[in-house]
Amino acid sequence: MEGNQTGAMTNTVVAEKAKTLLTARFGEDIVVESSGGLQPALYLAPERLVDVCFFLRDQEDLYFDFLSCISAVDDGVAAGTFTVVYHLASIPYNRQLTLKVKLANDRRLDNLPVVPSVSAVWRTADWHEREAFDLMGVFFEGHPDLRRILLPDDWEGYPLRKDYKEAETYHGIAIK
Amino acid sequence: MADDTAINTDTNRYQQALRAYEARLQAIGSEEMVINMGPQHPSTHGVLRLQLITDGEIVKEVIPHLGYLHRCFEKHAESMNYGKTIPFTDRMDYLASMNNSHAFVMGVERMLGIEREIPKRVEYIRVLVCELNRIASHLIAIGTYGIDIGAFTPFMWCFRDREHIMNMLEWASGSRMLYNYIWVGGLFYDLPVGFEERCREFVDYFKPKLVELDELLTTNQIFISRTANIGVLPPEVAINYGCSGPMLRASGIRWDLRRADGYSVYPELDFDVPVGSGEVGTLGDCWDRYKVRVDEIRESVKIVEQCLERLTGALKRTPDFDPRALVPKKVNTKAQDYYVRAENPKGELGFYFVTQEKSDIPHRVKARGPSFNNLSVLPELAKGVLIADLIAILGSIDIVLGEVDR
Repeated sequence: MEGNQTGAMTNTVVAEKAKTLLTARFGEDIVVESSGGLQPALYLAPERLVDVCFFLRDQEDLYFDFLSCISAVDDGVAAGTFTVVYHLASIPYNRQLTLKVKLANDRRLDNLPVVPSVSAVWRTADWHEREAFDLMGVFFEGHPDLRRILLPDDWEGYPLRKDYKEAETYHGIAIK
Repeated sequence: MADDTAINTDTNRYQQALRAYEARLQAIGSEEMVINMGPQHPSTHGVLRLQLITDGEIVKEVIPHLGYLHRCFEKHAESMNYGKTIPFTDRMDYLASMNNSHAFVMGVERMLGIEREIPKRVEYIRVLVCELNRIASHLIAIGTYGIDIGAFTPFMWCFRDREHIMNMLEWASGSRMLYNYIWVGGLFYDLPVGFEERCREFVDYFKPKLVELDELLTTNQIFISRTANIGVLPPEVAINYGCSGPMLRASGIRWDLRRADGYSVYPELDFDVPVGSGEVGTLGDCWDRYKVRVDEIRESVKIVEQCLERLTGALKRTPDFDPRALVPKKVNTKAQDYYVRAENPKGELGFYFVTQEKSDIPHRVKARGPSFNNLSVLPELAKGVLIADLIAILGSIDIVLGEVDR
């Protein structure tokens, strides 16, 4: 519980600090937008994501050495975007930081939203990105082994998308 | 026509990794052999399939295949309200259902802003049942680990003691393994009358049994020679792969979310966080992972005792106590997102919620299972080991496939 961490920085302060250091290193436009709420998040531009993540991991005042989770979110058919959310944690400082990357996409199955893979920064990302590719259809550029992970290799479509239609048959077997 | 070619190239790009994987299997050398282990192999603790590329007795590469137990948890969770999703969380790590629902419920309560209003008695009951469930989960981890490497007795002893916990939790919730006991804002029911006494009897019974179990395995020379210096996981690798829980602590990192986040009533309780020491081998080997679990059972017993003390003392049951008093009729959240994490027996269990305005159905729920991340380090740990040691390494990770596949 954030309120219980005596002496620890609140999420808002951590996000502000990270934003200051990032803009100092990469320039003003690296953080596209920041959001408030229970867990403030920094929206990043996808182009330099890997550099930013290396910086967040190795900079000694930040030291986000632990990647908790990568979640791909379908913002809805009307919004026309997907969001990839990274939850980072720093074990020595006991802090948390949320990063988001928003990707505009037309939802065509042959045109997946593309984001650079951070599996070189945190190996946790390897399987998380495979899962996001498998279920949400986000393509991670530079991933060493981006195969489907939970569904069979010949599965069609990405089931966690809001416009996903369940198939009538699978290998000629009626499944409805 | 030009457009068609563009489409084909892109779709090919999505299939590239699959082709590379197939080519890798085609291109094995004449000395190499591909062995399938699982999905129906007793030592894979469920339906995990491992493809081993071996050279004689040496494992050169491990390719895990998951998904045999995929039950679309995330898709289910975004089609029904929060209360109805709790039974689905029970089925993720089905050996520690209480801990799963506790984490899920905590997330929803924080989004509603009611987490500070939950009565102390409810919180203590939650911690009590969670710690009992943690003991049960670790008993399975230790028992089946023994059986993986050829020791049959610990398995019988662990299951005998675990059965007492299962019976108690069944008494409280009505179900043996999948409880649906912890609800948003409260509990299904108060503890049954006499539960505290029976639980205390269990603690008195269990303490000497734990010493026996410890003596049977911990210093057993055969056990040590099978586990010491095997599957060594250095701390920096563990962190980089997102390992958590006993996996991470066995590598010497004192990181326990019960202490780091201080959620629920854990700050009021006195317990230690055991870490690996490399006592009989190298820091972060299989023996350390086993030992951390044994020590954690001891700490959980301490927590259970303290909870019982308070639940029969200052927070005694009263006739007018209603554990459902704060259970909301309808969970109405704001549009927001929240990532909640909690210490499961296997490690960091996280739920990421994206909620909608004025709706009791979440827009998106992502579950981060600790076993999923702990298992992802296996190909790294299993490089160049003997096939027999692979079993020892896999057992020491303590995975539950219900949570890996969700």
